[in-house]
Amino acid sequence: MIEFDQVNKWYGDYHALADVSETIARGEVVVVCGPSGSGKSTLIRTINRLEPIKSGRITVDGKDIHARGIDLNDFRSHIGFVFQQFNLFPHLTVIGNCTLAPIQLRGLSRAQATERAMALLERVGLANKADAFPSELSGGQQQRVAIARALAMQPPLMLFDEPTSALDPEMVGEVLLVMRDLTREGMTMVVVTHEMGFARDVADRVLFMDAGRVLERATPDDFFNRPQHPRAQQFLADIRTPFAHAV
Amino acid sequence: MLVAGLLLSLQLLAASLMLALPVALAVALLRLAPVAALRGLGFAYVESIRNIPLLAHMLFWYFGAPELLPEELKQRLYAGRIEAMSAVVALGLYTAAYMAEDIRSGIRAIPAVQMEAGRALGFGFLATMRRVILPQAFRVTIPPLISQTLNLWKGTSVATVIGVAELMYQAGQVESATFRSAESFAFATAAYLTVSMLITGAASWYQHRFPPRAL
Amino acid sequence: MIELVHDYWVYFLIGQYPNGPLGGLALTVLLASLGLVLALPFGLLLGLARVSPWRWLRWPVTLVAFAVRGTPLLMVVFWAYFFLPSVTGVKTDQFTTMLIALVVFDGIYIGEIVRAGILGLPRGQVESARSLGLGWGRTMRFVVLPQAVRSMLPSLVNQFVSTIKETSLGYIIGLAEVSFIASQINTQVFTKPVEVYLVLGLSYFLMCFGLSRFAYWLERRTSRRTTVRSAPKAPA
Repeated sequence: MIEFDQVNKWYGDYHALADVSETIARGEVVVVCGPSGSGKSTLIRTINRLEPIKSGRITVDGKDIHARGIDLNDFRSHIGFVFQQFNLFPHLTVIGNCTLAPIQLRGLSRAQATERAMALLERVGLANKADAFPSELSGGQQQRVAIARALAMQPPLMLFDEPTSALDPEMVGEVLLVMRDLTREGMTMVVVTHEMGFARDVADRVLFMDAGRVLERATPDDFFNRPQHPRAQQFLADIRTPFAHAV
Repeated sequence: MLVAGLLLSLQLLAASLMLALPVALAVALLRLAPVAALRGLGFAYVESIRNIPLLAHMLFWYFGAPELLPEELKQRLYAGRIEAMSAVVALGLYTAAYMAEDIRSGIRAIPAVQMEAGRALGFGFLATMRRVILPQAFRVTIPPLISQTLNLWKGTSVATVIGVAELMYQAGQVESATFRSAESFAFATAAYLTVSMLITGAASWYQHRFPPRAL
Repeated sequence: MIELVHDYWVYFLIGQYPNGPLGGLALTVLLASLGLVLALPFGLLLGLARVSPWRWLRWPVTLVAFAVRGTPLLMVVFWAYFFLPSVTGVKTDQFTTMLIALVVFDGIYIGEIVRAGILGLPRGQVESARSLGLGWGRTMRFVVLPQAVRSMLPSLVNQFVSTIKETSLGYIIGLAEVSFIASQINTQVFTKPVEVYLVLGLSYFLMCFGLSRFAYWLERRTSRRTTVRSAPKAPA
């Protein structure tokens, strides 16, 4: 479904993405991990063109996303993106956040959009907070709303950029739970995360990155028990804490 | 004639600036003084000047203030270039009020511990200001002060109202004499813009050459 | 001083009205209010143009803004007064001329306030809106501007204070605003210029000081209520 073909990106002199070539199939759940500055956030942000690339090609569903004449807004509306900082709109209520895009972009009536949004809020366990403002919610609650907001557009693909990195530890579980439920429905997901427990139990594949390159790609079982690349081995050795969020 | 006006405008700029800077420094120090009465004085100065338009200031200093002087001094003034002098006083004091605030912000950007350190060594308030605070605040304060100089430059145009024969006045004169308004105004506009750009350019150069130094 | 006020207070407040056009303090307030009200939508459009993603819009507007900000307001007034009639063929009176000059001039400055307000919003807000598929226009309308406006309010009130002071330039083209009226009174009375101009200064002071205190209060209020509560960014 997503294909990277020799993708390169520089920030000035810094080679952020180096000759990245990967394929992600429909329905796959791929976890991207690696040390700080490895380029994993940059990689996921190139998929919906939040970051531009210098060379190479990225195709989603067979279409080159940088082709001339592509409707960027329409393209983005079919991809759900969840940010590390949640980025909820503070001046709108929870339900307002979730209905804005469906009403404006899919032409739904307010009633239809609300119905859809309430169902999603139900799923993430926050239906009773529909009329609250983001400032009244905890971090974990805000992130769950952010997921519901992204799902409201019914995208075939969901991207998660370190969704739990900014949360207090006790709230990480509730978000990962929601994400696991999504995988069980066959959603195509690309997740940048440090949560190794999630990767182990939920992912179909793990991509390990360092210094802009994908150094290893394997099933979770292979990656965590038999890492091939020395850098990957070192990375796993450095994470010696037990998996606190075994999902 | 337009060029003579431009030259006078530039002279007004220079003279007002020379008046404004020391007054601004004094008022800024007043506003930061350890004595409440002095602080109130500084506050009164800034607020009363800033909330009255420049034009009203000019009218006061030209029509009103000379009346307050003793007769002999008044006659001497009227014999001389009272229009320009009133304009310089008005412009200088007006700009000083704004610059005082910028200087005050610059000083306040310096951590309070610097003042404590100076006082602990035995220096008084003013001495600490002079030796420790102001040299550091200088760098931060220059860009806003240059910005105020730009406003001062534009403000010289208001001196027209009391009959100072600066650039704007001359442009108006050419207009009423020859009805060739477009050319004279185009020249005046270009002159104002050129000097404005030079001033703004100086600010950019300064910020490039002397970026703010963190501790 | 007392008789001065007693004799002329009506003239000072409303000029020759009803025996002539409105003048004095009332005219000053009217001109400033109307100027600001008209300059606001104009400034909003200019500010949006300054941050728009289309170069063909951004560059010309930035250039014009730069030019106007480097020119004295009086110059703009003169252009409007002497030049505009010959271009449009319509001879405008002093009030309309001054109004046009104020709307153009203040509109540019309000554009800068709008631009600063928009750019002051955390990047994440625009990113999440664009990620949902909202185009630039909708992002501005539903996400950015509602939030930015709140932070712009103190600056806009300060701009109103500036506008009130700017009306004084109407004096030079013979508009009967309060400074002009004060000078008329001075010419009539002749012996009390200090008192006359002190009263003038006091009038401006009361209006402007009151408004700037209001702006200060607004600023304190908006910074107390933090609008965006997003998570602190952890190192990637």
